[in-house]
Amino acid sequence: MNEDILRILDTPGKGWWRLFPFAAAGAVLFLGSWAHQLVEGLGVSGLGGPVTWGVSMASFVFWVGIASSGVLISAVLFLFRTPWRQAVHRAAEVMTVCAMMTAGLFLLIHLGRVWRAYWLLPYPGSHLLWPNLRSPLLWDVFALSTYFVVSVLFFFLGMIPDLAAARDGTTGRRRELYRVISLGWRGTDRQWHHFGKAYLLLAGLATPLAVCVPSVVSWDFATTIVPGWHSTILAPYFVAGALYSGVAMVLTLVIPMRKAWGLEKYLTGKHLDALAKLCLLAGLVVTYAYAVQVFLAWYGADAVERASFWSRMFGSYWWASWTMITCTALAPQLLWFERVRRSIPALWAVSILVDIGMWLEYYVVIVTSLHHGYEPFMWHLYRPSFTEVGILVGSVCWFLFWFMLLTRLLPPVAISAVKEVLPPRMRHEREEVRP
Amino acid sequence: MSGATHGILAAFEYPDSTVDAIESLRKAGFEEIRVSSPYVAHQIEAAMGWDGSPVRVCTLVGGLTGAAAGFALTARTSLWSARVGGRPELGVPASIVIAFELSVLFAALAAVIALLIAARLPRTRPNVVYDPSFSSDRFGVFVRVPPGRSDEACRILRERGPAELRESAEADHA
Repeated sequence: MNEDILRILDTPGKGWWRLFPFAAAGAVLFLGSWAHQLVEGLGVSGLGGPVTWGVSMASFVFWVGIASSGVLISAVLFLFRTPWRQAVHRAAEVMTVCAMMTAGLFLLIHLGRVWRAYWLLPYPGSHLLWPNLRSPLLWDVFALSTYFVVSVLFFFLGMIPDLAAARDGTTGRRRELYRVISLGWRGTDRQWHHFGKAYLLLAGLATPLAVCVPSVVSWDFATTIVPGWHSTILAPYFVAGALYSGVAMVLTLVIPMRKAWGLEKYLTGKHLDALAKLCLLAGLVVTYAYAVQVFLAWYGADAVERASFWSRMFGSYWWASWTMITCTALAPQLLWFERVRRSIPALWAVSILVDIGMWLEYYVVIVTSLHHGYEPFMWHLYRPSFTEVGILVGSVCWFLFWFMLLTRLLPPVAISAVKEVLPPRMRHEREEVRP
Repeated sequence: MSGATHGILAAFEYPDSTVDAIESLRKAGFEEIRVSSPYVAHQIEAAMGWDGSPVRVCTLVGGLTGAAAGFALTARTSLWSARVGGRPELGVPASIVIAFELSVLFAALAAVIALLIAARLPRTRPNVVYDPSFSSDRFGVFVRVPPGRSDEACRILRERGPAELRESAEADHA
């Protein structure tokens, strides 16, 4: 098995070389657009009036959701001892790390004056003013920093045995890299024993964190009084949305990956089927959350709340809302049918639709609520500017760029973890076969 | 003090023969055994008698420290602040989020540091007898033999059908 996986880390194939330049070009577009915004200021974005958060904030929440979902897949399924987790969790964790990097950048992008970002940190300054630790914006700082550190640690720790396998299975300059980062792992009983305990504890720590992070981000919205935001369902809504978009993104990434690298033996149809079912489950929860929000707006009989939801459905952004509903609530219903789950192109198409729909969901929630608030004279139509669109499109390429780089260097399937769940060849079985 | 201790290295293809070998060696009185495996095999851990780990206590201590640090931070920075909207300066719901995050952060860092210390990583000196196949598909059993008992150890190991058997020397641990 080692040869199959480690072979991937050798020189990349034509497909990789065809796609990578586009990803790199997109990453340059991303950095260039952001540089333009940094130099000219947030005025080059379409933000204005009450709509102080737009495309960049929606992207931030989207990537945070994807990042937390990677750990949900990895840690939660580990705790439940789900066997099919072993083959997919490495890809999910690489996705998490790349998504965290992108989300962290969007946090800075949407701030505008990034050189003042250190004001968010609680340091004893000469101005004697502490940041407001009762604000969800500060909770975000702590939650995201913690999550970044813990998810990187969880990712790296779980990879040490596989890096040792890569060290043993490759030659040349790369071998030096693996030798250093595998920390001299020899797979001794002492090492595996403590490793097992530490990994279990880290999985147990990462799980509440993966639920907590999208909740804290949702509280950025829920603790305000903006109609459409001020609802307690926002936290579970965002957690379910995070899981949903993350599973869909894993499918989007894993399906071409397994085709390109011939990993069908390890990432079988059963794994994709399980992921599709998880995706459908999360989609049902998110659909329920939409329905509850709309119901509560009607049931609560608050005129402003009702008006906000009416505008969400039939106002200026009706196209975004209905595309969102089609992509996130209707499209995944196809996954009820086994024929669709077994058909790889259909599954990939559904996962991409879900990705788009989930981004639109955050866009709809943020922008429609802000543009149609309490004061009619403040209602303001927000249109993303070219700079913002450049940042958005570039960010997807940025994510892809780092994902492609990391999966070139690091074993994309968790070798030792898969071996753990494969039925071991036992000597007595072999002796029975021999005549 | 310095120098090498001699031992026998056997490479097995099957986990059950590895477990048999370990148990026979321990029964025969050989206590200094080290097993290398390509994946975590619980039967081997059990056969080697591993139980408990300092990683767990360290993680707990780290978590408690983090929670205390979180509450201390919110308390220290809030006690002299302005009362906004009638809300108390030191509100527990607000402090809980930061205390929870910091407790998870410190616990995770403590777990990783404890692991590195307990598993003696990173290993800078290559003083562990090792074969690259042990990260692929073989289990390695290295048993340190006192002088005169190497034939006995070889015999025990050979009975379990190893793929490979050789004498090896390893440098003493620091």
